[in-house]
Amino acid sequence: MPVEVLEKKNKNKQYKPILEGIPDWPVYRLSRNRKEFIEEVAQKSAERIKQLRPTRKQLIDELEATVYREQQRMKRNRWRVDPPDEGKFWSKIKQDLIDLSGKPLDDHNRKEEEILNVIVHRYASEIAGNFKPSSYRFAREMIKFWFSRLLNASRVKKFGGFFRNQYTLRDKIQIVGKVKQLRSLARKGTIVMVPTHFSNLDSILIGWIIHALGLPAFIYGAGLNLFNMKIFAYFMNSLGAYKVDRRKKNLPYLETLKMYSGIAIQRGAHSLFFPGGTRSRSGMIEKMLKLGLLSTTVEAQRNIYLNTPPGEKPQKIFVVPVTLNYHFVLEAPELIDDYLSIKGQDRYLPEQDPHGSWGLVKFMIKFFTKGSNISVSIGRGLDVLGNYVDDEGNSLDVHGRVINTEDYFISNGQLTVDAQRENEYTRMLSQRIVTEYHRINRIFASHLVAFVAFEMWQKKHPKLDLFGLLRLPEEELALDYAEFRKTCKRIRKKIYQLKKEDKANHATHLKGKIDLVIKHGLENVGIFHLKRPLLYNKEGNIITQDLNLLYYYHNRMVGYDLEKFI
Amino acid sequence: MTSKNLSDTRPVGVIGAGNFGSAVANLLARHRNVLLYARDEKVIKRIAQTRENRGHSMHKNITPTSDLQLLARECEVIFPIVPSSHFRSMMKKLSPYLHPYHILIHGTKGLDITLPKGQTIETVNKLNRSQVKTMSEVIREESVVVRVGCLAGPNLSKELAARHPAATVIASPFNEVITLGKKLLRNDRFQVYGNNELIGVELAGVLKNIIAIASGALSGMGYGENARGLLISRGVVEMIHVGRALGGNTKAFLGVAGIGDLVTTSNSTLSRNFQVGYKLAQGMTLKEILESMDEIAEGVNAVQIVKKCTDYYKLRAPITTTLYKVLFEDLTVKQAISYLMRYPLNVDIDFLD
Repeated sequence: MPVEVLEKKNKNKQYKPILEGIPDWPVYRLSRNRKEFIEEVAQKSAERIKQLRPTRKQLIDELEATVYREQQRMKRNRWRVDPPDEGKFWSKIKQDLIDLSGKPLDDHNRKEEEILNVIVHRYASEIAGNFKPSSYRFAREMIKFWFSRLLNASRVKKFGGFFRNQYTLRDKIQIVGKVKQLRSLARKGTIVMVPTHFSNLDSILIGWIIHALGLPAFIYGAGLNLFNMKIFAYFMNSLGAYKVDRRKKNLPYLETLKMYSGIAIQRGAHSLFFPGGTRSRSGMIEKMLKLGLLSTTVEAQRNIYLNTPPGEKPQKIFVVPVTLNYHFVLEAPELIDDYLSIKGQDRYLPEQDPHGSWGLVKFMIKFFTKGSNISVSIGRGLDVLGNYVDDEGNSLDVHGRVINTEDYFISNGQLTVDAQRENEYTRMLSQRIVTEYHRINRIFASHLVAFVAFEMWQKKHPKLDLFGLLRLPEEELALDYAEFRKTCKRIRKKIYQLKKEDKANHATHLKGKIDLVIKHGLENVGIFHLKRPLLYNKEGNIITQDLNLLYYYHNRMVGYDLEKFI
Repeated sequence: MTSKNLSDTRPVGVIGAGNFGSAVANLLARHRNVLLYARDEKVIKRIAQTRENRGHSMHKNITPTSDLQLLARECEVIFPIVPSSHFRSMMKKLSPYLHPYHILIHGTKGLDITLPKGQTIETVNKLNRSQVKTMSEVIREESVVVRVGCLAGPNLSKELAARHPAATVIASPFNEVITLGKKLLRNDRFQVYGNNELIGVELAGVLKNIIAIASGALSGMGYGENARGLLISRGVVEMIHVGRALGGNTKAFLGVAGIGDLVTTSNSTLSRNFQVGYKLAQGMTLKEILESMDEIAEGVNAVQIVKKCTDYYKLRAPITTTLYKVLFEDLTVKQAISYLMRYPLNVDIDFLD
């Protein structure tokens, strides 16, 4: 059983909501005007697409491609959440396009634009979230109630523990970092929260965290696949999620999605998306971010500057990186399989969720009854160019001087729109977020032991590439404890050094006697997997039952350049 | 957006009144008023009174100044052209006056190094990429300016002053910077190309100086064009090999700023780097050579830095490492050449795959 060791007394406290009534929440105002909002998104997306495909021929080609791809998708990869009428809808669009092609190109009165409007309107309604205060409150209480019931049932070893309130979720999930600043910024501007993404649990976890910090509900981009699971679908809908369907890669869809996010941000709705796109398959902290949704923040900020009447203070957007740190990721075995089969250039395995609602419930029970804490690090706020901001929301340069973010959009003394410039800004912002992830990431004992063990095995087999190494029979691998201990200690020292240089962070439990830290790590790394990635054998040496999984957990610490100290 | 507005009449800034700085100021002055910053009051006075600087006759649109704050306030576009060894300290001084609307296009072909305390470039054994920065990276580190570009290419100051046909490359990830640079510099004798590979172009400009020294040495030994052809073509391979390891893109090395500049400097007796090599081969010591020059030969620095980078990353760079031995250890040019001629690696081209 895991030991609850060495964790500093959790000083997490209850935060008061920063906005008292739900009617004040931007996300609520959005959903109240849902219809009008969808209209605006659809109309602006159509305009944008017409700019991108300026000639009629280009537009018609694009629409034909869209229909083709949609029909292919329906044939190959249908999900439970897909609306039943979509087959009919796309056949109708296809027919309209065929009718169009029969006629000469100038006398059909811009019919293709009408078709475009119909498509983007459908997409916008598909994407739009449906925030309802009543179900938000209900879901919130549900989560709180059941989490704390489970927690107390397992921890308070007395009859009736189930109904006690000695432990709350706060003891299980630690929130560290710039909480105060985040709360302050949320009052002063619009927050765009960008967490790392390792597990499907992230979406619910982050929803709870936002609530626990006293922030109004955020709108989120959540993968449509999550809505396949009813339990998820319910919570996500009620927490303000909008739907991102990653099967749809066609231009009208992507533009509508970006427009949705962008306009919501411009209207002041705090937003959240996982900039890595999908869950990290390898277990590494994201290095390449998807620039699509991120670009909407840059664009939204520029539009705010453009549209704010003179004399008024433009609303500022704050990007807040967040890392979620786990000892254990439920889906790790599937994720790493996916990663390896892609990297090994095998055939691609389509995304599947073998854990239905029931699997999740089982996991939750395990999670609450058996140790394994989660920690959430809130990073410092950034402006859309990646400069740090102070608690008042002022952007600072490297020397701490206050600068004006609007100046980045100025050339020749005027505010200008330059798509190429903004693409570059988005790329810079994404690099900055990645750096921040590594900086605020909390290294756990379990990450340390996984990293050290895997790298030691790699070093012992210098001639094997990754796949060769992973093919080694697990039962023949064992690391001498004394040697393992020495290496762990050395790497831990390097982690301290990184922390000192402000390039990484670690959990408080990483400090103290190295034997205890190793024990804590071994007991927690991938704790609920059938085959444990790392454990002691009878002689007290280190062995593994699953190298792939070990590789997955090891990857969490890739990117700090620690390999050379093994 | 609008074609004619206030800032079209605003002056452009140039920082550094050296040879190349003066030449660039003159090019810019054909289109705009120019504020030229110099540290030395005497230089400012001389330019203001005689309109003469380092053999350049200075255009009437150029106003010399010693006030960085004024320059940053008046100019939205600034061309810093100071030696790499002073670049960071200059940026530190300029940085408090800069805003995100500024655009900086530098013309310095060198590298900046940050050393651990108590170390000098002579004592440090190896250098990694986090210690070695290109000038655009220094600008990004020291200031809020993000719209950064560089000028590179075969631009021998004396030929520019004489209005011989020439070309330059403006490299920047921002098309806006390239367009602006073209507008400001182009004239009937000066062609401007754009390139988005900023880091690659900067590295090409640095690495070619190394080859230029080697080329000077060949001439100093009295060798002819076969030898130079050999050097230049192998030099390109080495530049690309090292340049890629330091984060540059192959394409950057094949254009005007790469091969174009390499061929120019390797053939030119006007080039300071070429002169260093030439005098070495004639038997002068490095110390004597450096004392005889009025401006810094960036190539000498580059050899030192790049050699230590190749040691860190275990790169094969025979020309650079041999040249290092000639400059800083006691290998003679003659020994160096016979060593290189026996170098075992002889694949012609391995960077196009």
